[in-house]
Amino acid sequence: MPKLLPLLEHAVKKPVWDCRMCGQCVLHSTGMTCPMTCPKTLRNGPCGGVREDGHCEVKPEMRCVWVKAEERSHSPVNPHHWEEEFHDLRPPVDNRLQGTSSWVNLVTKRDRRTPAGWAGESHERFSAVPGASMVEVDEPTTLPAGFHA
Amino acid sequence: MSRLSDLLAARTRPVVTAEFPSIDGGGLAAVEKAADEMRPYVDAVNATDNPAAHAHASNTSIAIAMMQFGLEPIMQVVCRDKNRIAMQADIMGASLFGVENVACLTGDDVTAGDEPEARRVFDLDSTQLIKVASGLAEGHYLSGRAIKEPPALFVGAVENPFAPPLDYRVLRARKKAEAGARFLQLQIGYYPDRLEHFVRGCVETGVTDTTALLPTVVLTKTARALSFMDESVPGISIPADTIRRVADAGDKEAIAEASYQLTLELSRHALSLPGVSGIHLTDFRHDGSLERLVRDLGIGPAFDPVATAAGTTAG
Ligand code: SF4
Repeated sequence: MPKLLPLLEHAVKKPVWDCRMCGQCVLHSTGMTCPMTCPKTLRNGPCGGVREDGHCEVKPEMRCVWVKAEERSHSPVNPHHWEEEFHDLRPPVDNRLQGTSSWVNLVTKRDRRTPAGWAGESHERFSAVPGASMVEVDEPTTLPAGFHA
Repeated sequence: MSRLSDLLAARTRPVVTAEFPSIDGGGLAAVEKAADEMRPYVDAVNATDNPAAHAHASNTSIAIAMMQFGLEPIMQVVCRDKNRIAMQADIMGASLFGVENVACLTGDDVTAGDEPEARRVFDLDSTQLIKVASGLAEGHYLSGRAIKEPPALFVGAVENPFAPPLDYRVLRARKKAEAGARFLQLQIGYYPDRLEHFVRGCVETGVTDTTALLPTVVLTKTARALSFMDESVPGISIPADTIRRVADAGDKEAIAEASYQLTLELSRHALSLPGVSGIHLTDFRHDGSLERLVRDLGIGPAFDPVATAAGTTAG
C-alpha cells in the first residue's frame, strides 16, 4: 500500500492542482494553488517580476501563481484559519521528500521536520544532539554532522 | 555593525545607496575606477549577483574588491543560481573580509538573461534566505551547526511595491521584516501613488519600526531607455504618458534633461514620504548626473550635517 499511495495521490492531485509531488503539501495555506507550479518554486509569495496584467514573468501566458493564490486565499468556501495561514513563513523544501506521498508525510509528521537552524536552534559540531532533524540513520544524506562519507 | 546600519539607525539624514556597474574584466582597476566615481556621493553600494541573469564578476569578489577601494558593499545574493549550501558559504566567505550588508533576492529568471537554457536553482526563496542569513549572524548554519564567532551581518532584501498583487506587497514586506530583513531596497517604479500606498502600509503595519525603506530611482537619458524598461525588465511598468512626456521634450538634449527632471521629481516625492529612510540610485547615464542628483536633493555623505561639522565631508 505505501508504494501505491504516491501514485494515487498523484492521480488525484495532478489533474486538479497540477501537483508536483513535493511531498510536503501546503495547498491549504496557499489558497489551494500549488506553489511548486511557480517556475521559481517560490513558497512565500510572489517575486518582483509579476507583470502589470498579473501574469508570470517567466510564462507570460500564465497568471502568476501567487496572484491567484492571494485571491483564492480569501475564498469564503475555505476554513477561516486557512486565510491566516497564508501569511505563514513556509520553511525551505526538503528535497528528499520529492516524489513521496504528502498524505503519508502528514500523518507521520515527516513533512513538519525542518533543520534545527530553521527553528533557531544550534548545536556543537560533534555533539550528537538528539534533535529530530539529526537522528535519521537510515538516510545516508543525514549522517551526523561532521561525518564524511 | 556596518556603517549602513549605523546610519539607518541614527536617522539623522537620508541615506544614499547605489547600484555598482557590472564588471566583466579589466582587473581591479575597473573596480577602482567605478568606485572612485561613486565614493563621494553614496553611503553604500550594491555588489550585484548576476543581474538580469547575465554572468558577470561575482557578488562576493566585487563586494570584497569594493572594500579595498573604500566603498561599503551591500552584497546581493540571489536564489536563482545556487543552493542553500553555496549561498551560506558565500555569505560566510565574504564576511571574512568584512562584508556585513547582505541583500537577499529571488532573482530574475534565467529566461531574462543571455543563457536561458541554464538550470534554475531556487532551492530557497528570498524570504527563507533572509531567515537563513539572519541565522548565520545568530551563530548557526541552517542545519543548526554552531558558528563559534558568528559574522556581524546586516541583512536586508528587496520588495516591489509596483507589481501585482498590489495590496499584498505590504504584507510580503512585513513577512520579510519578520524573517529578519532590516532594510528593503524597493524596485524601480514610476507610479508615485503606488509607492505612497506601500510606504503608508508599511508604516501602519509596523514594518518601518524594524526595517528601513529605500525606494529606487534610475537615471536615464532617453525615452527609449524608459520604453525598454517598460517592455523588457521584469516587474517594471511605466505609464505611457510618462514616457511620452520625456519623448516629446524636444531634441536629444532636451530629452536628456526631461529624463533627469523626471528622476529628480520621483526622488523628491519618495524622500517626502514619512517612513522612507533614503534612496537607492541606478545610474544608466554615467555623465555626472548622479552627482548632480545628490546635490540637487542635498543628501548623502557630501551633505552630512554631522560629518560637515567634523570637517570630513567629501565636499
Ligand atoms: S511571476 Fe509569479 S508565478 Fe511567475 S515566477 Fe514570479 S512568483 Fe512565480
